[in-house]
Amino acid sequence: MSLRDAAFESMLQRRQLRGMIFEAIAFLAILIGLLTLALLFYDIITSGVERLSWDFLTSFPSRRASRAGILSALAGSVFLVSLMSIFAFPIGIGAAIYLEEYAPRGWLTDLIQVNIANLAGVPSIIYGLLGLGIFARLAEPITGGRTLLAGALTMALLVMPVVIIAAREAIRSVPSEIRLAALGLGATRWQMIRGHVLPYALPGILTGTILAISRALGETAPLITLGALTYVPFVPDGLRSQFTVLPIQIFNWVTRPQEAFHTNAAAAIIVLLAILLSMNALAIYLRYRFEKRLMK
Amino acid sequence: MTSQNIVQFDGPTILKAENVAVYYGDKQVLRDVMLSVPTHKITALIGPSGSGKSTLLRCFNRMNDLIRGARVEGQVTYHDQDLYDPEVDPVEVRRRIGMVFQKPNPFPKSIYENITWGARINGYRGTMDELVERSLRRAALWDEVKDRLHENALSLSGGQQQRLCIARAIAIEPEVILMDEPASALDPIATLKIEELMHELKENYTILIVTHNMQQAARVSDYTAMMMLTEDRNSATVIEFGKTQAIFTHPRDRRTEDYITGRIG
Repeated sequence: MSLRDAAFESMLQRRQLRGMIFEAIAFLAILIGLLTLALLFYDIITSGVERLSWDFLTSFPSRRASRAGILSALAGSVFLVSLMSIFAFPIGIGAAIYLEEYAPRGWLTDLIQVNIANLAGVPSIIYGLLGLGIFARLAEPITGGRTLLAGALTMALLVMPVVIIAAREAIRSVPSEIRLAALGLGATRWQMIRGHVLPYALPGILTGTILAISRALGETAPLITLGALTYVPFVPDGLRSQFTVLPIQIFNWVTRPQEAFHTNAAAAIIVLLAILLSMNALAIYLRYRFEKRLMK
Repeated sequence: MTSQNIVQFDGPTILKAENVAVYYGDKQVLRDVMLSVPTHKITALIGPSGSGKSTLLRCFNRMNDLIRGARVEGQVTYHDQDLYDPEVDPVEVRRRIGMVFQKPNPFPKSIYENITWGARINGYRGTMDELVERSLRRAALWDEVKDRLHENALSLSGGQQQRLCIARAIAIEPEVILMDEPASALDPIATLKIEELMHELKENYTILIVTHNMQQAARVSDYTAMMMLTEDRNSATVIEFGKTQAIFTHPRDRRTEDYITGRIG
């Protein structure tokens, strides 16, 4: 029997062609994504890099664009996100552990799980309204109104679903053989979780938390709703201090008519991007480190 | 009901199943199981796929508790104490009755930590170094790993990993070791090592092993229990139990004979 068969080969060519067309489409898709990103970077960097300087990082905002800086916004962002982490991560990871390891399976658990996924998709401005109502108004005696504390609590609510979902995925990816091995040795459920599930899930949990931080760093809408100020010539000095954050500062500058402020905005965007990208790089690095420690 | 082919073992027994039935949700998978596991012997559970060998094995250290919807009825005893007494914590059971799984499942930690973890959580007081050496020696693994105790256990070969799992199980000083097809994922040489190891271990431990491999059952075990689906094929039970030699040379149950000679299964 001959290997080559004309009828089959013409069909085979068509089959191969389809594969190549799909490959081309997929390549085009990634190309468009990358080009857009490159263009964005190019535009921002060319318009803002001249303004970047140590002074820019260490000055307070000012009416004169050439003297304005981002110190209060930078400090506000860092404080806000740190404070948010303290609230969001223990609660989020705790909830994920409960849902994956302890919760009885049933319609109630399913309902909770579906709704956590839904919460992750709720527009952030809704969280802003919620924060305004609960943390800034209702809890004013504690938070002091539109303060850093109220902002951090609002942001914690916003990122919690993301943290829970990422942590659950990570916990669920722990092989059942490892769980059985631990329980088979007479471990209690908590000993199994503490000794094996959490260490194994740590890289995934960590990635989730860092992505949550990145998200919080870029959020503007909920903080504007909450009433974070646009002009803050001071570094927050406590939980009940008023504050601003980088995206709000950027938003403020972009809306000014003067060209010089637009340059300021571009420079501030570079700073924000640099922070975001280094956070993501950190996430990737930590994940790599922990996975390596686990496997080798 | 109970088959007349179940020889009641008259020596010392450590584990006993009486009229055991297991359900997964609505489905009954085991019924009327009678089995006595002789102390310091190797007992093999054989039978075709789906005859409930692993399910029965897991009754003895309450691993079935971990399967959603699983229910065990009847009596399972260890030294005549009911393992399913509401007062009994399964953690306590598993400390006495250890388990080795089908697929080697060392923790992704160092060889050393694999041994010490179980001992530590169970409150072992003693020198960990000694425990590690003693356990690894008993599992015939010491010479191969003594210079690399702090390397990750996943860097070992499959057979070494399985012996590490055995070492890990004996480090908490159980009386019984349940083995669920411990060599089915291993090559013949690694399998042979595990079998030799089992012979040494029965000095100190009682071993109950599930195996698909008839030759293996014949080679390693002192007693054999044959499991089979019941006539209606809805659930399975132990149809014959006795000395391995007797079962393999003069099976009393026709189905056992057919299975052993390869006519069914």
